Amino acid sequence: MGSYLIKRLLESLLAVWGVVTIVFFVTRVLGDPSTLLLPVGASAEQIEALRSQLGLNEPLVMQYLTFLWQAVQGDFGTSFQHGRPALAVVWERMPATALLAGSAMVLGIAIGAVAGAIAALKRGTVAELVVMTVALLGQATPVFWLGIMLILYFGVSLGWLPTGGYGTFAHLVLPALTLAVFVSASIARLLRSSMLDILREDYIRTARAKGLMPTTVFLWHTARNALIPVTTMTAILAGELLGGSVVTETVFAWPGVGRLILQAIQANDFPVIQAGIFVVATIFVLINFAVDMLYGVLDPRIRAER
Amino acid sequence: MTFFKELARSKVGMAGFVILVLFVAVAVLAPWLGLEDPTRGSLRARMVPPDWWGPHPLGTDEVGRDILSRIVYGSRITLMVAGAAVVAGGIVGTFLGILAGYAGGITDRILMRLVDIQLAIPLMMLALLVVAALGPSMVNVVAVLALTSWIRYARIIRGQVLSLREREFVQSARAIGASGWRIMLRHILPNVLTPALVVATLELARIIVMDAALSFLGLGVQPPNPSWGRMLADGRTYISTAWWAVTFPGVAIMLTVLGVNLFGDWLRDYFDPKTRSAR
Repeated sequence: MGSYLIKRLLESLLAVWGVVTIVFFVTRVLGDPSTLLLPVGASAEQIEALRSQLGLNEPLVMQYLTFLWQAVQGDFGTSFQHGRPALAVVWERMPATALLAGSAMVLGIAIGAVAGAIAALKRGTVAELVVMTVALLGQATPVFWLGIMLILYFGVSLGWLPTGGYGTFAHLVLPALTLAVFVSASIARLLRSSMLDILREDYIRTARAKGLMPTTVFLWHTARNALIPVTTMTAILAGELLGGSVVTETVFAWPGVGRLILQAIQANDFPVIQAGIFVVATIFVLINFAVDMLYGVLDPRIRAER
Repeated sequence: MTFFKELARSKVGMAGFVILVLFVAVAVLAPWLGLEDPTRGSLRARMVPPDWWGPHPLGTDEVGRDILSRIVYGSRITLMVAGAAVVAGGIVGTFLGILAGYAGGITDRILMRLVDIQLAIPLMMLALLVVAALGPSMVNVVAVLALTSWIRYARIIRGQVLSLREREFVQSARAIGASGWRIMLRHILPNVLTPALVVATLELARIIVMDAALSFLGLGVQPPNPSWGRMLADGRTYISTAWWAVTFPGVAIMLTVLGVNLFGDWLRDYFDPKTRSAR
């Protein structure tokens, strides 16, 4: 277990390094920021001075090494738009993104787990049909369009909830619900099929045959084993929420990291792009790492293989 | 023929197939459907509400362009962009998956590390970044969508190849001195086309949504070409006065994705002997 842990940690570090490297080179293609930072009609000397100040005259390899050295120390440079350290700018937006993704995840898993379990246990009933139809529609609905529809209905027509912005609980409801629909649809479908597989297993028949209470069989045998694929799915969804939040945050004018990165891309503010994607990728890699560790707890067979 | 017989037995799979065929037919036949020019509006007919029997069944947008016509023509863009991206991503991913699985060793390790790195960047952000860097032309959007897609094929195909590599027909081809390329293209490729096709169908759904999201954020195919995502972005400004402008393009996306998903799920079960015997 110890050596496996170290190996996985090294792999995670390698992935983060790869991401940072790719982002560095792609942002260098975005264009010369010095022309954007100076007023129109700036003299050639001014541009030259700024370029050397930003280190843009160094060979690309040197720029890259300097960048890596500073990134290791948490220094991604100063944001062109905000005039403050880029990592700090990103970090300030983190609570909003975490709040949105966290609420959506909790709500989505709760709805998805109940719906999926009902669909599996009440096989062939109207309940299953309803759950599966709604889940299929939920999966096919683009998140941003669902957001717009919810704004149209609850924000514009009924006027119950704000159409966008940040600050109160009311502002959180619609964006969280939007993302939760997507999460719960995936969870419900997956949980149903994995539970149906498990209900056919011999150990379930054994557990029932030896007279265990249905609740005990469900909690200790069915639910626990059905959770393994759901855990993987949760990690994938968490990653998609982090990345997909760009669109949802834009629709709801939610001041999170996704919207910040989009604005930074549009404004060519590459310190913020680099810091933002570094933060998102690191969280993503950490989630995957945590999930891998969790497998061992959930499934003794996986633990034994290591 | 067993394919269609099987398909006809599944109501859900058939529904998906019909939606998919309709989508392609509408996209291909758009110019012959007798619709208005989707790029030219009439200022006198701005934001006309939907009227099923009138000249604008789904209403018009803020510059008086017919929404039905824009949705129909938008399906061509979606079909072209998503179709090309699926094909490009599928070819690259399948090829690299075969290479990683068959060559093994250092090639395999490098390719799988690349997959890991790419998996650590949320695809949407990768797409945004690359489109911003290269500029939002149709070719670039296709390239970006293909870039987000190849890893799905590569991982699954690699797994298949690892077991195919040990089979007798591959071993005997190697024994009579066939080159590595010949074995990969002649013996392994035909055997991984089925899983590649299943991945392609499921990827098509994901790519349609991602393409719509990119154009929604202004980084897709540029106006005046009608694209579904762009229509939603434009319509959002008038959400309080023209509900139809933000509703129907989304319905189009949802129906298309639903069709592709239904058909893809059925296809996966059809080719998977395990679930097939269970039915």
